[in-house]
Amino acid sequence: MNTYKAQIKITLRKGILDVQGKAVEQALHSMDYDIMENVRIGKYVELDITAQNDGQAEEFVKDACNKIIANPIVEDYEITIVEKV
Amino acid sequence: MKFGVIIFPGSNCDHDALYATSANLGSESVAIWHKETSIPEDVDCIILPGGFSYGDYLRCGSIASFSPIMSEVIKFANSGGIVIGICNGFQILTESGLLPGTLLRNENLNFICKDVYLKVENNDTVFTNEHNQNEVLRIPVAHGEGNYYASNEVLKELEKNNQIIFRYANAEGEVCDNCNPNGSLNNIAGISNKEGNVLGMMPHPERYSDEILGCKDGLSIFKSILNRVTVNS
Repeated sequence: MNTYKAQIKITLRKGILDVQGKAVEQALHSMDYDIMENVRIGKYVELDITAQNDGQAEEFVKDACNKIIANPIVEDYEITIVEKV
Repeated sequence: MKFGVIIFPGSNCDHDALYATSANLGSESVAIWHKETSIPEDVDCIILPGGFSYGDYLRCGSIASFSPIMSEVIKFANSGGIVIGICNGFQILTESGLLPGTLLRNENLNFICKDVYLKVENNDTVFTNEHNQNEVLRIPVAHGEGNYYASNEVLKELEKNNQIIFRYANAEGEVCDNCNPNGSLNNIAGISNKEGNVLGMMPHPERYSDEILGCKDGLSIFKSILNRVTVNS
């Protein structure tokens, strides 16, 4: 068995109005950062996981994301599995 | 009949719900700690109260939906038991899959604490048989995440099956954009499951169940449940 670190990035799905992102975007524009747009705010979750290999680790994390870590109705997630140092 | 009010760490409307159903309604009610693994046999209706279960960590209601008692609440609901989730209770019901959709941050990002008007869209339910169709109720909301969202397909199903029980309206009962406090799709304030035994609503009927509070429009929801359970027993 190996220990891995799972890095999970969660964002609101495209098409769902991100009101926090909008508020930050307005603040940026009021600071004259007109070059910045489409602000989306998300969450980052990190956890250690023991599994036979990285593929199995990813499967477990994906399962946990669908059940609790993310809300698939409104959120997308991206999982990165890295070898723990 | 007997109500069972589930208490999660961070619930803060549990005592209001117990008081509204016992002192105001004159029924019996019992508190159930979330670590319990069974629901007392004589309980006819489960209330998931408002509050901030688990500090709203991760997402509102997400951690509470995996509390030990929740697998029993899901079994209870799936076998026809009456369940009402108020505010955080509504969020727990969507997180646990007993109700479709989810509740997002309020559109204006504010925590909204005020009275709103609700139009009774369906009075042929366990929860609204005390009301007239299209009756208007004044009930307070107090939430930061009450912005109801569901996919177009789910919304169509909800509309088609008359599962939308309450909509935000004005005092005259007109459903309008400026009486929608939080951006909820189709002004949804409360929905039931398809079978009609599970209700989730953001407004707090337990907070307007006592004369001394200046309004008791909320009591009629608990009275409706009492009517139905008494008829069936």
